[in-house]
Amino acid sequence: MAIRRFGALQLTVRAAVLAAMAALRFPAAAEESRTPSDPAMIARGEYLAHAGDCVSCHTGPEGKLFAGGHAMNTPFGTIYTTNLTPDREHGIGKWTADQFYHAVHTGRGPDGGLYYPAMPFGSFTKVTRADSDAIFAYLQSVPPANTPDRPDDLRFPFNNRSLILGWRTLYFGEGEYKPDASKSDEWNRGAYLVQGLGHCAMCHTAINALGGSSESEAFQGGLIPLQNWYAPSLTSNKEAGLGDWSLKDIADLLRSGVSARGAVYGPMAEVVYNSLQYLDDADIRAMAVYLKGLAEGSPPASASSRIPSDESSLLMSLGKSVYDSRCAVCHGADGAGKPPNYPPLAGNQSIQMSSAVNAIRMVLIGGFPPGTELNPTPVGMPPFAQTLSDNEVAAVVSYIRTSWGNRGAAVTAAQANELRSAPAD
Amino acid sequence: MAWLGPVRATEAPAQFEPHVQACAPCHGAQGQGTGDVYFPRLAGKPAGYLFNQLTAFKSGRRKYPPMNYLLEYQNEAFLEQIAAYFAAQKPPLPEPAVADVSEAVLARGKSLVTQGDFDKGIPACSSCHGPLFTGMEPAIPGLIGLKASYLSAQLGAWRYGIRTAAAPDCMQLVAARLTEDDVKAVAAWLSSQPAPSDPSPVAKGSYPLPFACGSEPN
Repeated sequence: MAIRRFGALQLTVRAAVLAAMAALRFPAAAEESRTPSDPAMIARGEYLAHAGDCVSCHTGPEGKLFAGGHAMNTPFGTIYTTNLTPDREHGIGKWTADQFYHAVHTGRGPDGGLYYPAMPFGSFTKVTRADSDAIFAYLQSVPPANTPDRPDDLRFPFNNRSLILGWRTLYFGEGEYKPDASKSDEWNRGAYLVQGLGHCAMCHTAINALGGSSESEAFQGGLIPLQNWYAPSLTSNKEAGLGDWSLKDIADLLRSGVSARGAVYGPMAEVVYNSLQYLDDADIRAMAVYLKGLAEGSPPASASSRIPSDESSLLMSLGKSVYDSRCAVCHGADGAGKPPNYPPLAGNQSIQMSSAVNAIRMVLIGGFPPGTELNPTPVGMPPFAQTLSDNEVAAVVSYIRTSWGNRGAAVTAAQANELRSAPAD
Repeated sequence: MAWLGPVRATEAPAQFEPHVQACAPCHGAQGQGTGDVYFPRLAGKPAGYLFNQLTAFKSGRRKYPPMNYLLEYQNEAFLEQIAAYFAAQKPPLPEPAVADVSEAVLARGKSLVTQGDFDKGIPACSSCHGPLFTGMEPAIPGLIGLKASYLSAQLGAWRYGIRTAAAPDCMQLVAARLTEDDVKAVAAWLSSQPAPSDPSPVAKGSYPLPFACGSEPN
């Protein structure tokens, strides 16, 4: 399996070892501080665990809930997620709420061991103590799974945890979310969810060769390593900035996976499927308010083209012919689509971004929006890898990126060819 | 994992078509198959079998990245509907292939498929897939209308444990006893068989299975 939503230095904690060591070192504390949790707190914790999308990484294929074992492929090797169930041998059954908060807040296990930043503690550090306690109460309430953690398979030198100290110095700032008094409660709630539990920055902030991302470039977008999907900028209306979207369209997209402006696809489909569809109206709206604010005032894109014009006219005429025969039946000759099932291509930011990776991949491998409670039987885009040549893919993607007022640049057959071999999942 | 109940035909096929158009480039709009020799016909297979495959692709148990990618974030209720849609399609079966193997290989294929190999503990394909190889409801697939390349790729995947199903994994037990030559012979003979007049899977329990099968509840 490919990594899901995480970027580079994707590393994890060996919780079995940590849990065992914690048990040796703090047995009395672990026993004494355990108090039964009330059902309301557990329910709140389940909701917040959805907001944090814990399940996507901490449940393996056909595995028991939160038993870990999900493989995350990273540029540094493969890491395996850990068992979060209350199993006392292999899970976190011997942990206390203090230890859990400390772990998510500081990125250090109960024995002081450093977590690899695949665990998004850079985001989770913003989570309040009360929310952390509720999530812990919920995790302690799920059925224990006696599943040992699988050792990571990281290459030298990344298998040396002391390197994480350097990474933390560069990229980790500890501290709970501090509300901005100049903004509304709703904006602050949205910011808390997006920056904290939602850990959106793990994909939507560019990641450098050290697997870190800079605070000053927060939400400015980046290619997700090894996944070959581009996580667009949330601050620029040239990309996935939502500055000129209505709050309703943003909320529809986040919660149902489809909207009048476009649909989620690729790694974002997983986020909606496992996390966002479970959030309530108020929280989704708060996230929409915050996300819209991130990009308000960002200028629109300017036209550009990287293909010489004589070549370009041939490309466009082939592109139009492919489009009219293959795409127009759903997306319309005018690119207006029939939303929400057939997204508009005209004016669709996702198609015009400077990175053409997502548009090319959608043509090659197609894809369904996620199945959600609000949209349980989505309409999917057919894959065209089998039926279109590299030239045709490049032509039709160039056509949709430059027609109907779209301001994207043309793409080449070589770009299309390169993405044919990208892993689909 | 296993098929648990009857499919609810909640939408008329015509209204459901947009939801399966993503399947069409590789499997055909009616699931009749395409020119690609590795993409199977889906039409008319038992809904339980199709559902089991869809959930296996969703979970990653059955590995084919383009399929895993398409189904990973879909609900089982939707997968049931997709299975029901293709199970209900009845496009004509393709003309049988002309086998490109020797008479001796074809004869070996016929013998394995229709009689099995007692000494090697291989049951006849027909003992589970039906006397006319049309499969049995709810979850044993028919074998007619599939191309030799697909059949041999799948048998190979079962042999090597790349393709698996719910325990007891009857198909893996059988395939593990086949040699590469056996696989080639079986695929060549099956793909050259003409369609029976009624290609529908037979009713559940029409005949006893030679052994327990995790995918086909008793």
